[in-house]
Amino acid sequence: MADTATNEAAAPSKLGAAYPIEDHTYDVLVVGAGGAGLRAVVGCSEAGLRTACITKVFPTRSHTVAAQGGVAASLGNMGDDRWEWHMYDTVKGSDWLGDQDAIEYLVRNAPAAVYELEHWGVPFSRTEDGKIYQRPFGGMTTHFGKGTAQRTCAAADRTGHAMLHTLYGAALKHKAEFFVEYFAIDLIMDEEGKCRGVVALKLDDGTIHRFRAHLTVLATGGYGRAYFSATSAHTCTGDGGGMVLRAGLPLQDMEFVQFHPTGIYGSGCLITEGARGEGGYLTNSEGERFMERYAPSAKDLASRDVVSRSITMEIREGRGVGKNKDHAFLHLDHLDPAILHERLPGISESARIFAGVDVTREPIPILPTVHYNMGGIPTNYFGEVLDKRKGDPDTVVPGLMAIGEAACVSVHGANRLGSNSLIDLVVFGRAAGLRAAELVKPGEKHSPLPENSAELALSRLDAARYAKGSTPTAELRLKMQKVMQNNCAVFRTGEVLEEGKTLIHEVFDHASDIGVSDRGLIWNSDLMETLEFENLIGQAVVTMESAANRKESRGAHAREDYPDRDDANWMKHTLAYFDSKTGAVRLDDRPVHTYTLTNDIQYIEPRKRVY
Amino acid sequence: MAEFTLPKNSQITTGKVWPKPAGAKKLTEFRIYRWNPDDGRNPRIDTYYVDREDCGPMVLDGLIYIKNKIDPTLTFRRSCREGVCGSCAMNIGGTNTLACTKGMDEVLVKGVVNVYPLPHMPVVKDLVPDLTRFYAQHASIEPWLQTDTAAPEKEWRQSKEDREQLDGLYECILCACCSTSCPSYWWNGDRYLGPAALLQATRWLKDSRDERTGARLDNLEDPFRLYRCHTIMNCAQACPKSLNPAKAIAEVKKMMVERHI
Repeated sequence: MADTATNEAAAPSKLGAAYPIEDHTYDVLVVGAGGAGLRAVVGCSEAGLRTACITKVFPTRSHTVAAQGGVAASLGNMGDDRWEWHMYDTVKGSDWLGDQDAIEYLVRNAPAAVYELEHWGVPFSRTEDGKIYQRPFGGMTTHFGKGTAQRTCAAADRTGHAMLHTLYGAALKHKAEFFVEYFAIDLIMDEEGKCRGVVALKLDDGTIHRFRAHLTVLATGGYGRAYFSATSAHTCTGDGGGMVLRAGLPLQDMEFVQFHPTGIYGSGCLITEGARGEGGYLTNSEGERFMERYAPSAKDLASRDVVSRSITMEIREGRGVGKNKDHAFLHLDHLDPAILHERLPGISESARIFAGVDVTREPIPILPTVHYNMGGIPTNYFGEVLDKRKGDPDTVVPGLMAIGEAACVSVHGANRLGSNSLIDLVVFGRAAGLRAAELVKPGEKHSPLPENSAELALSRLDAARYAKGSTPTAELRLKMQKVMQNNCAVFRTGEVLEEGKTLIHEVFDHASDIGVSDRGLIWNSDLMETLEFENLIGQAVVTMESAANRKESRGAHAREDYPDRDDANWMKHTLAYFDSKTGAVRLDDRPVHTYTLTNDIQYIEPRKRVY
Repeated sequence: MAEFTLPKNSQITTGKVWPKPAGAKKLTEFRIYRWNPDDGRNPRIDTYYVDREDCGPMVLDGLIYIKNKIDPTLTFRRSCREGVCGSCAMNIGGTNTLACTKGMDEVLVKGVVNVYPLPHMPVVKDLVPDLTRFYAQHASIEPWLQTDTAAPEKEWRQSKEDREQLDGLYECILCACCSTSCPSYWWNGDRYLGPAALLQATRWLKDSRDERTGARLDNLEDPFRLYRCHTIMNCAQACPKSLNPAKAIAEVKKMMVERHI
């Protein structure tokens, strides 16, 4: 193609010689092939848009595969349910930081999204009358907090696996074009601030690929691996968030990091909240079901931030279990083995392998473990990325979208409810496809790329590849993870966070001394881990700074020096900008959307959050 | 008997013995297959020592210890570390399995953990095999629900018993441990679909909601695609999720017979 040739010439001369570039042109480019990415790929393909999906792991290896408990939608298969109740629960779960227009969009579109998954083949567990089985989950209630809802649609305890494999099949059906084991290095932004595509490294031969598209959809997941102990996969390095920060765009609400109450002690592997949904309960060293004290009504099915704080309090007050009294027990041994076999087979296997526990006889040793990032790339409910420009907090960044855990819509606010993540993936993955169909005409002409389109990416790649410092990437990554774990955990204080700021900036500054040993270009995982570390450290720094800045307690952000929620001063989203050269952070804010999508429901006014 | 030897450029040589970590009291020895397409040399076996007091119990923990602390050039795939993503499938102690769910102490051969890439696949580098063909075979069985009847407004109804038919089939994680342990797949991997793809095919054949059973069987009715399964059963031995692809294949063969009588 003629304009491809023009772009060849636009490659920077010095690096361009070292790294020949292969060009690709598409209507839409999706980065990431987890639940959200695949759903967007299907939607864009259905709309007749030429769509490419680049992913650093084969699609079914994405971390959606590890989701266990289920996907929330008010189908009402197990009893009365309404989207209004799901909305109330999500708003309350978010500690009123969620945008209620987006939350209304989520819960109203949830049932159709689940039926669609079922039609594509997800092997949901079934009720006696053949409908989709739904289980209770933390924070999910009926009648605005009065009863317990059974809203979480489950395929045993392998719902994410079932969904991801089905979504991959749906993408195959639509003949989507996958670029598997391509690592996105950086966004291509033009002079007008429009995103024009991505530069990526093909792992198996080390070649550079420039993808040009009218729309780039980031579906790159969370950055759980910024912490030492996380349920997240090794590949959860928030690559989209890292790219967005380097492009000079903000991340939102990064101080809100969810600790899942039940990671297996030691390995950090996840035990689903569905285990408590099916009747499991927590105990301390005295054998007491302590959740009854902290959440008299919801007990073990209180929202995740509440349960994680309760476990941490028990351990602090000397009632932890084990040799070092540093964890708690999750009991399933009172449940019928047939139920465990039917509904919780996966975690029974995990408990055996990673804790040496037979769940029919013994409790599982557990500890709150980093699990999910409520924060991310700010977007509206169409999936379009937002920036605050000239005082307008909802300025759309043209050409760029974000969905899934990478994004902050914000439907989860300060704390996500269990099973609201899988529904977020498919509802907003679908929304992104619909929006793409409105914004892009199939085959629409592309204007030439800016001259330096690949420079940011190639100079970063080159610097990492030849990094000759004395500190291996793994050593620096471990330091970062320890700082985040020690200084930005379940409970926070101003003092600990200020120390955390100093320490995390030290780690960032130390990155100039990073050393990479593998100089090859073919499947150079040392290089890839270094590029991933650069993505992680930027997000670690803004997380710490955002946390130190927010002087209140809300959802997952629990400040001991400011124990109460402060709606007068802090009912707002944090925006964090990052200078990737100096590490300097600039903080700003956006108002929370205190209005709903339609007149069908009124804005849910803030009140005290008690479970 | 015919004699088979590896071509000269793939004969494995003795590699480097890396120094033991200083001050470590309890060590486990790893011997790992290394091959770097960039250096033009033959594959080699490198020896490493893992400090067990500074490392988790699984083989993957050992590999990560080596990559983080001894040799960052060691190359392998990994992601979830809990046995659901299928990335870290490799040949450990002579059997194909997931490094993340296999304890080091379970696989010792004369006190050593031996690690090779999945057998009989092209190697990209070290422990990373090229699985392109394996994925294409999976795609060829059309892994999505196919119906002629218009979709209902809500869900398709499926009884608990019908849903149970999918147990033991849908849990596959596409790690390729089974297919790459199958001698028939080693010989005819270009034409025989292999146990993983056939297990997936069975998952859709058995789904009460699917209406293309006939077309799916037609797609498999072939001397190679299906019938190169000789019930060797290595697949069932290897599967890290305790699934039984051989049994699934036998059921497909039975369906083939049944539709002709």
